[in-house]
Amino acid sequence: MTVTLAVLLAAGFVFTAGIAAGSANLGLLDVLGTLAGAGTRASEFIVYELRLPRAAAGLAVGLCLGLAGALTQTFSRNPLATPDILGVTSGASAGAVTAIVLGGGGYSVGASLLGFGIPVVATVGGLAAAAAVYGLAWKGGVDSYRIVLIGIGVTASLGGLTSYLVVRAQLTQATAATQWLVGSLSGVSWASVWPMVAALVVVAPIALAQSGPLGISQLGDDVAVGLGVPLQRHRLVVIAAAVLLTAAAVSAAGPVEFVAFVAPQVARRLAGAGRPPLLASALVGAVLVLIADVVARTAFTGEIPVGILTAIIGAPYLIWLLIHRKGGTL
Amino acid sequence: MTTFGVLTVALLVTLAASLFLGSNPVSPATVLQALLDPATDTEAIVWGSRVPRTVLGLLVGTALGMAGTVMQGQTGNPLADPGLFGVSAGASLAVVLGVFVLHVNSLGLTLALSLVGAVIASVVVFGVAALGRDLASPVPLAIAGTAVSALLGAVTSFLVLNDAETLEAYRIWVVGSLSGRSLAEVGPVVLLLAGGLVCALVNARSLNNLALGSEMARGLGESLTRARLVGLGAITFLTAGAVALAGPIGFIGLTAPHVGRALVGGDHYRLLPASALVGAVTLLACDVVGRLIGGQAEVAVGVVLAVLGGVAFVVIVRRAKLAVL
Repeated sequence: MTVTLAVLLAAGFVFTAGIAAGSANLGLLDVLGTLAGAGTRASEFIVYELRLPRAAAGLAVGLCLGLAGALTQTFSRNPLATPDILGVTSGASAGAVTAIVLGGGGYSVGASLLGFGIPVVATVGGLAAAAAVYGLAWKGGVDSYRIVLIGIGVTASLGGLTSYLVVRAQLTQATAATQWLVGSLSGVSWASVWPMVAALVVVAPIALAQSGPLGISQLGDDVAVGLGVPLQRHRLVVIAAAVLLTAAAVSAAGPVEFVAFVAPQVARRLAGAGRPPLLASALVGAVLVLIADVVARTAFTGEIPVGILTAIIGAPYLIWLLIHRKGGTL
Repeated sequence: MTTFGVLTVALLVTLAASLFLGSNPVSPATVLQALLDPATDTEAIVWGSRVPRTVLGLLVGTALGMAGTVMQGQTGNPLADPGLFGVSAGASLAVVLGVFVLHVNSLGLTLALSLVGAVIASVVVFGVAALGRDLASPVPLAIAGTAVSALLGAVTSFLVLNDAETLEAYRIWVVGSLSGRSLAEVGPVVLLLAGGLVCALVNARSLNNLALGSEMARGLGESLTRARLVGLGAITFLTAGAVALAGPIGFIGLTAPHVGRALVGGDHYRLLPASALVGAVTLLACDVVGRLIGGQAEVAVGVVLAVLGGVAFVVIVRRAKLAVL
């Protein structure tokens, strides 16, 4: 509980500091004042039009991916199982890269498709791929081991298609595609934040309510059924929650790498728990993405995609935790 | 016929297909003549291209199938692939650094760089896991490997996105391909692969014991540190060799062990050779398909492998009674 509160405070601080930091410098108090409605016209413009959409997007992406990662790692009882294995990320990537490569080449549709179409295509691709994984894994019920293996196969196929497109594309489109595939917050606006907010408002409470059954199902399928967990329904709810959260995040910012893996692992070690705590994982995800985005915006002359910095910041921290803290078995 | 009989026949068929089929139509009689008498191979298609490619496919497929089996046995994790300990990411970064900083464009040097990168990365991963606690539990190894791989991958993306020339070289290398190597370049790597092969086979008994859990393995008199070190040696040598020769081909090491397990069960004395055969057959078959569907512009084997292999793997997983790892 204390850990969750501490991470919540950290998220609030990084969120505010993220709004304050940038080429036109505002103080933390200016930001808080403006948010409370006591800003100047200039500070209102900077905060509401320029900085807040991006900070909100970073916050939402981190929450979505952190929570989704905690859900998949827990239900599959495998720390390496990120939402990626449900096919949602590779489906979204394949959709988006197809749109970039084919749409970018046809000058008639290019610009409008790139601006508006990619999030839509990515969402459709991600959801379709996840539905395919779930359907293919169904054999009188979904077994968590089988769905992981099916996910590997589907992810590989879609990944192969994506890299084929990248290799065959013109260099400019290949660069655009590679940039999208790394994940970035630079293009976000309020329009890309709302779907994530909607996903979080609807899905997060449902997901958090599955915490109890998730804990029981750690003991194995037989024990869970014996203790009265409706296993197939529980599993479907968990998977659907993870898929929706991931699809919302990926279609807004691209596949921001590593957050869904590292946030639950860090949260679990901070809390000293046997499995990733759901709420704390989401908050750690938010802190990581927000820090990465501030660094991406301010520390380099050219802008670095946030997906690179989540790994550069998150990986050493996890390694440090690995060396200095002993965790449970998951 | 036994499973191994079927797999061996399949390997012979794909080897033949790899020698006789290609994007340049050469009649089977000409190929056969050139094979028997290299002097008649005037256009150097057979000895210059088909034979090195076939040898490469055999070596890389075998290596990745085995490395994946050792990796999954060591970590007890069905999602573990041979690149999990940072080997592929380390090799990729070394190659990109080579192009970016040193402007390397010779194949031999690229090969050497990727070997060095691979070995350094896996040593770092093992060091992190060893610093944290004793090596009994496989989980910290897997997590340390994922973290280090992601870090190296991020640095690679950083370099690649900032330099069009490097991106151009990287995006082709990273897909994985069997073409463009000569037998002379393959030679030194064979030694490395042979070392890995021996380590893997020596590790088979330990892997069988580890499958029962670390505690049980210790109870059976297994030295866990030794078992882990031998396994790490096998994984690093086999994967580093394969990545150096063909680029980071990811899919085979991840899936061949699952197919092998569905065919022969979990005993590593049978599983290691079976996965090796599955790996070699899959890689060679996909390479042949890639040559045939692309016309003169061949489709890289990594792409065919992921697309077709992914579909085939889904079918197998749906049909098979899964032996849980």
